[in-house]
Amino acid sequence: MDLPPLELPEDGKLAHNITHFARALRKAGLSIGTGRVLDAIAAVQAAGFSEREDFFYTLQACFVSRPEHRTVFAQTFRLFWRDPKYLDHMMALLAPMVRGVQEDRAAKPAEKRAAEALLDGIDAPEPKPQEEDDAVEIDLDASLSTSVQERLRTLDFEQMSTDEVAQAKRILSTLSLPIKPLKTRRTALGKGRIPDLRQTMREANQRGGEIRAIATKVHRTRPPNLVVLCDISGSMSAYSRAALHFVHSVANQKDAGWGNVHAFTFGTQLTNITRHLRTRDVDAALAAAGAQAQDWEGGTRIGACITAFNHDWSRRVLGQGACVVLITDGLDRDEGGGLAKATERLGLSARQLIWLNPLMRWDNFAPKAHGIRAMLPHVTSFRAGHNIASLQGLAAAICDPRDGGDKARMIAMMRS
Amino acid sequence: MMQTIDDVQTDLATQGYVCGRALATVVFLSQKLGRPLFLEGEAGTGKTEIAKAIAASLGRKLIRLQCYEGLDVASAVYEWNFAEQMIAIRTAEAAGGADRGALKSELFTEDYLIERPLLQAMRPQTGGAPVLLIDEVDRTDEPFEAFLLEALSDFQVTIPELGTIKAPEPPIVILTSNRTREVHDALKRRCLYHWVDYPTFDREMEILEAQVPSVQRALSLEVVAFVQALRREDLFKKPGVAETIDWAKCLLALDAIALSPEVISDTLGAILKYQDDIQALQGSEAKRILDAARADLDTI
Repeated sequence: MDLPPLELPEDGKLAHNITHFARALRKAGLSIGTGRVLDAIAAVQAAGFSEREDFFYTLQACFVSRPEHRTVFAQTFRLFWRDPKYLDHMMALLAPMVRGVQEDRAAKPAEKRAAEALLDGIDAPEPKPQEEDDAVEIDLDASLSTSVQERLRTLDFEQMSTDEVAQAKRILSTLSLPIKPLKTRRTALGKGRIPDLRQTMREANQRGGEIRAIATKVHRTRPPNLVVLCDISGSMSAYSRAALHFVHSVANQKDAGWGNVHAFTFGTQLTNITRHLRTRDVDAALAAAGAQAQDWEGGTRIGACITAFNHDWSRRVLGQGACVVLITDGLDRDEGGGLAKATERLGLSARQLIWLNPLMRWDNFAPKAHGIRAMLPHVTSFRAGHNIASLQGLAAAICDPRDGGDKARMIAMMRS
Repeated sequence: MMQTIDDVQTDLATQGYVCGRALATVVFLSQKLGRPLFLEGEAGTGKTEIAKAIAASLGRKLIRLQCYEGLDVASAVYEWNFAEQMIAIRTAEAAGGADRGALKSELFTEDYLIERPLLQAMRPQTGGAPVLLIDEVDRTDEPFEAFLLEALSDFQVTIPELGTIKAPEPPIVILTSNRTREVHDALKRRCLYHWVDYPTFDREMEILEAQVPSVQRALSLEVVAFVQALRREDLFKKPGVAETIDWAKCLLALDAIALSPEVISDTLGAILKYQDDIQALQGSEAKRILDAARADLDTI
């Protein structure tokens, strides 16, 4: 396709260089289409080419659309406009740093192995569920007798054998989390109590001005957003894997009733794994997440991680009435990490804060650990999260804001 | 008229808006290229104010569309005045001559049209195309964003009963976002993007002097140094420039001539808006930050 001729400075090299520069930025992970390059060339023409500073800001306005890209842009700019060839050399070194895990990891078998080792260390490698394998899968499911399924539903994730884990994962992938949609201020035609004057007038217009009945409208609904914070420290290993499987299935079901699903893992640091959850293959998704989160099965700093979430993400993902599910055992290694304060802030920012605690599997569980005592008063609901049945029960808690789960009982135990 | 980037800076400065070279460049470009300007940044960093300053310096009308969840076409673009239309129908009936065709052409005319901000911005205004401020676009939902995409790329809106209304001269469009959610890339791509950061010490001094000229220099130095030091602290919500200006006005109203821990703790509500943050600054903390701020001042 021929592009329209551009009016360029006489030397004609600038447009060429800007295109090259855009290519370099693209390599560094910025998404820049051809349209933006043309815009940038037009913008540079408009701004003139007098000062390096203006040139920088002009290109920045055209190429950057996220604050986190500014640093990458500045670095690339500095390198490129000094000597483009030098940049090529530097890109090779820079690329893994700025690209993070966006790049397809398949190209690096060693890393993939490391990721698998991190995630599925104790699991036997599961055959990857592929699209054409659907028929086989159904067969397998059918072969599970009801009693086996029933047993699996209530079996603790930690006590499952490798085989059972694989089966449980299959059940988890079919679980959904039905949720009551939120009412919005938008309306749609329907039988309700709000008069729809526009529609009434339209109907009247068709009948030559005769108004027969007042048309009505109803509030539209929208699915709420879900934010999952999952503890991946050593004490949680069996549960966090199962929970992430569950989150993946909730995030990828069409019409499951959820808006955006954001997921974060934390151990010693907070990691956003939302992007990886969009990968349809659950094993690939969790492997990519595992490669990004560097703190699998390490220690726990719950307070610091929730504080980090409050700082960096809460305003961005909790804005529109999101529901937060916190999956952790509450065993904080980091005394005095401001856990109570951070949880309070999180609870105030979210519409609902639901805590799933696998320690609840013990009948005589009591809130003794300082972390649990600090967090408990600030959550909306406190529930078990150690088997498939308890994960299914989560839907009930989300639909009913008054369902505190075991919170009231635990608080009473704390006071006595 | 803003012919160069320097012009933009001086013109905005006469309106009391002090801006850096980066912001001036994007403002200049958005006018030169006729592109919407997308400003993102923390609350209180002057995103809304710049629209006002641009409108004032160009002598254009400012049309503001405040976004909120559930914003729809009826409140953003246009609505028919149904009450008036119904009265017209009744009157026509009473007069006995309710002719269908005539009534239709009479009812859906501009007389019965209520123009909302987006449609107003498409209309010719005296003094040139208006400045259209679409404030806090992150508060709306994705369907409205998609609608904006269309409206902002062609600068036209379609009303089924009237036809398409196209702006004779595209308005100067400024979108702001507090980033309470990520605005879709498709919308950002059509705009010139700028992240509005907290100002540096010198720039904040200039802003304060332009906005509250009656404050003594000694006090404003302390105020700015304190706020700058406060932004380095671990707070849930860091104070923006708007808070600095508010605080200076508060101190002026209290006839304070210098900062002291007592004065700070009395007026903390002007700069910090979360109880956690205010509590964190009670007692010796305020004094520590004040000392740090004074130490910073000595090195300047």
